[in-house]
Amino acid sequence: MDVAVSQEVKTKAAPVDYQTEPSRYKHWRLSFDGPVATLTMDAEEDGGIRPGYKLKLNSYDLGVDIELHDALQRIRFEHPEIRSVIITSAKNRIFCSGANIYMLGLSSHAWKVNFCKFTNETRNGIEDSSRYSGLKFLVACNGTTAGGGYELALACDEIILVDDRSSAVSLPELPLLGVLPGTGGLTRLTDKRKVRKDLADMFCTNQDGVRGQRAKDWRLVDEIVKPQQFAEHVKQRALKLAELSDRPMGAKGVLLTPLKKLADDVGLHYEYVEVQFNRTARTATITVRAPELVAEQTVEKALAAGANWWPLRMARELDDAILSLRTNELELGLWLMKTSGNADAVLAMDKFLLSHQDNWFVREALGMVRRTFARMEVTSRSMYAIAEPGSCFAGTLLELALAADRVYMRDTEEAESVATMVLSKMNFGALPMVNHLSRLASRFYEDQAQMKSLGNQIGKKLSAREALELGLVTAAPDDLDWEDEIRQAMESRVAQSPDALTGLEANLRFGPVETPETRIFGRLSAWQNWIFVRPNAVGPSGALKVYGSGAPVKFDWERV
Amino acid sequence: MINYTERIPNNVDLGRDRVLQRALEHWQPAFLGWWYDTGPNESRNYDVYLRTAVSVEPDGWAQFDYVKMPEYRWGIFLQPRDEQRHVNFGTHKGQPAWQEVPGEYRSTLRRVIVTQGDTEPASVEQQKMLGLSCPSLYDLRNIFQVNVEEGRHLWAMVYLLHRYFGRDGREEAEALLARRSGDADNPRILGAFNEPTPDWLAFYMFTFFTDRDGKFQLCALAESGFDPLSRTCRFMLTEEAHHMFVGETGVSRIIQRTCELMKQNKVDDPSDVRALGVIDMQTIQKYLNFHYSVTLDLYGSDVSSNAANYFTSGLKGRFRETKLDDDHVLTDAQYPVSEVVGGKVVTKNVPALTALNERLRDDYIDEIADGVSRWQRVIDQAGIPFQLTLPHKGFHRQIGNFAGHFISPDGEVLTEEAWKKHEFEWLPSSKDYAFVQSLMNGRVTQPGKFANWIAPPLRGINNQPLNFEYVRFN
Repeated sequence: MDVAVSQEVKTKAAPVDYQTEPSRYKHWRLSFDGPVATLTMDAEEDGGIRPGYKLKLNSYDLGVDIELHDALQRIRFEHPEIRSVIITSAKNRIFCSGANIYMLGLSSHAWKVNFCKFTNETRNGIEDSSRYSGLKFLVACNGTTAGGGYELALACDEIILVDDRSSAVSLPELPLLGVLPGTGGLTRLTDKRKVRKDLADMFCTNQDGVRGQRAKDWRLVDEIVKPQQFAEHVKQRALKLAELSDRPMGAKGVLLTPLKKLADDVGLHYEYVEVQFNRTARTATITVRAPELVAEQTVEKALAAGANWWPLRMARELDDAILSLRTNELELGLWLMKTSGNADAVLAMDKFLLSHQDNWFVREALGMVRRTFARMEVTSRSMYAIAEPGSCFAGTLLELALAADRVYMRDTEEAESVATMVLSKMNFGALPMVNHLSRLASRFYEDQAQMKSLGNQIGKKLSAREALELGLVTAAPDDLDWEDEIRQAMESRVAQSPDALTGLEANLRFGPVETPETRIFGRLSAWQNWIFVRPNAVGPSGALKVYGSGAPVKFDWERV
Repeated sequence: MINYTERIPNNVDLGRDRVLQRALEHWQPAFLGWWYDTGPNESRNYDVYLRTAVSVEPDGWAQFDYVKMPEYRWGIFLQPRDEQRHVNFGTHKGQPAWQEVPGEYRSTLRRVIVTQGDTEPASVEQQKMLGLSCPSLYDLRNIFQVNVEEGRHLWAMVYLLHRYFGRDGREEAEALLARRSGDADNPRILGAFNEPTPDWLAFYMFTFFTDRDGKFQLCALAESGFDPLSRTCRFMLTEEAHHMFVGETGVSRIIQRTCELMKQNKVDDPSDVRALGVIDMQTIQKYLNFHYSVTLDLYGSDVSSNAANYFTSGLKGRFRETKLDDDHVLTDAQYPVSEVVGGKVVTKNVPALTALNERLRDDYIDEIADGVSRWQRVIDQAGIPFQLTLPHKGFHRQIGNFAGHFISPDGEVLTEEAWKKHEFEWLPSSKDYAFVQSLMNGRVTQPGKFANWIAPPLRGINNQPLNFEYVRFN
């Protein structure tokens, strides 16, 4: 890889901010018509998030995807009346040509990996909303649908391709760039669309793609429609899909007001989330605070609180913190997950959340927590949860510990200062990981007996020894051992190979159950990331490197 | 509640260190249990004239008085801290010495300390029965002194485990008491510490050869960037000197006695010498060959990436590291090691970093050679025509480049068959051991009296006369 380039990216000027809003969009337009929202991609060529490339042919970079992520959030929360979403393009005869190749060629390895991870999560989020929130997605491929463009289409419930004798869907990454369709493309071809493996092989090695009836025959699209009928057909299908939705009619949305966030040299500061950087130790301490205890929670109060309602606000803040740390703080390799506040307040909130899932807002708020927490396990950082006196690993917040690679709980004898750890029903399925299991079920390999005995502990404030006994914590050093034990555990972690740790954690965090998501993050991404560092992609004559320069690609023919 | 400062002399502020107190509350009784179990046989009620370290001051580290060994005040002493001390080698060279365990090196450091610590109780176990055949009260007292100090060295290593390694450290400290020398199911970590010490000649040889390995290991650890380890080892070295003194003078006195009788009786045939009730020179040479070769193995493989890692990470230096005149990083340096190629011992250069075991072994061999030449002087002065020699480095080795080869004491590479034919010309046979033990079939308990096979020492302990009652049996 070009050292000068990767250095440049490493010492980048401004950190990436994941916060945006529709009035600041450069690349997307969001419109609403009855129960249908339309997300129209219209990438601004000169609007790249980093210099050095043009976003031609409706190609995208991280900035484009940050807007997509935001737009989905707006639909979820600000427009509860929306039941189906059309994703399409404003460009003539081109839907989307995927991730910008010049951007990929210029980016450091870390940037590429992080970019792919975020785009994968956004596409998973589309499927998550379809699965849990009754928000259905239809993609109207009104022209060339290539690479990441087709991968975006694959994330939708229904794919309609214009049948104009020229527009094709394609995954040209391999023949054109020497890399994989790594944003879920390969996985969704097989796992979701059940494209036969030999046809998928043909499709992925042919840069021209497949169009018309054959695209339909191969199950690559659901429908092909002539240009004249295309707009009307898409509209009708969107309305049809909307009928499948249980999103409410006539409900008033909740405005996603900008997060109150202060980013400075020492950390990121929000209302419920506090991030402290320790650059010498290469750690970030993420402390999530419990809600205030309220006398009685009601749906009306939740709606009135809106974006300030704890589950939503906490999750948005944590989401922003995770994304910021991942993108901007590559060397803070160990995250220390901490909590604070009143466990009873979390338990009350959990109870309310679970018993009011029939309300759209409560359901969406839980979805936001679910998707945010699911980011943790696919993050290439080590995580230790630290349960100390004053902490509040209860219910929803206990998930932060269960997501961590290790959990340390201080075993202290003074009753009033013990660390708090409490199970709630929330820990038993409402917040699944990307393997679709609860963190508890995943932790204990779905052992029925163990799950049952854990179920019996719901609501009980567990001592360190009890938590250790139940397998919820890794170690419970007592007061005398605590400081030194934690310090050494941190020092030894950050001293190890960051690459090997990432690999280790990715292997241990999910257990044996596979889902399309785990296959995307575990198999597809891992191979993609390997290819991304190989000379055949990024060497001086690698396919990704020389793309567009006219220089010949030179491969090392040895199969590895 | 134990009064720690009274029971356990120390300079680590034990009275106020709750971490240490808690650990010792469990460990101290277990240690006593171990001592009763495997310490010197039948010695529980003896009053022994022992030195005890009560402080690190010049007048404090050697206080002499009668003590019952189970009541010996095993203490915890570190050389006083030098605030200016740095890590003196490896990649961290120039940084302030570590006062806490760097988490990065926790497990490595723990392994180093456990391996060193494991040798200390092992030798006590090996020597358990020797009190029953002591050649004098003076020697009996000396072996007891060595035993209690090995016990203290165990304490020193356990202190580090307790103080700096949390629960893991406490578990390792317990395990140090649980392993047993020579127990096939539960052996001590290093091979030489599972060999029996069947008689007093073996004991002296062991303290001369094997305790000197201990000295070299301690010297290398005394250079450690982990300051508490360095300070602990430096204090241990003051005590180790006495152990080697016991060994060197013990062998020397046996040689002297043999020479005297050979001269008086004008005999030199080994069987005639044996008939006089002393140990013949040939047997002494065989013991030497055995203990020397077994101890050489303790230094580990000639080429070792572990040793390189220990050095590079600043955990274990070379012998007299700070006195050496080089860059103390050894990036490009080379060092010669031997190996067997095509039936010949050849020498080749390897990166010095990987040859640190070999280097420490070579430093050791130099010092051993000096000691052996002092023994030779006793023989020469008596006018006996016998030459004690150190066998070739490759003789009788189980570890390193020579392992699996059959090398004669002269350094000749032999076939297994040829080597086996001569084995008991070079190493003690069961008959040799039986003979030596036949000389030591009872203990000499009269003050000032010495067994026939050993000469008295030049002077007593702590300026006491030779006929001082060093041990009272009660």
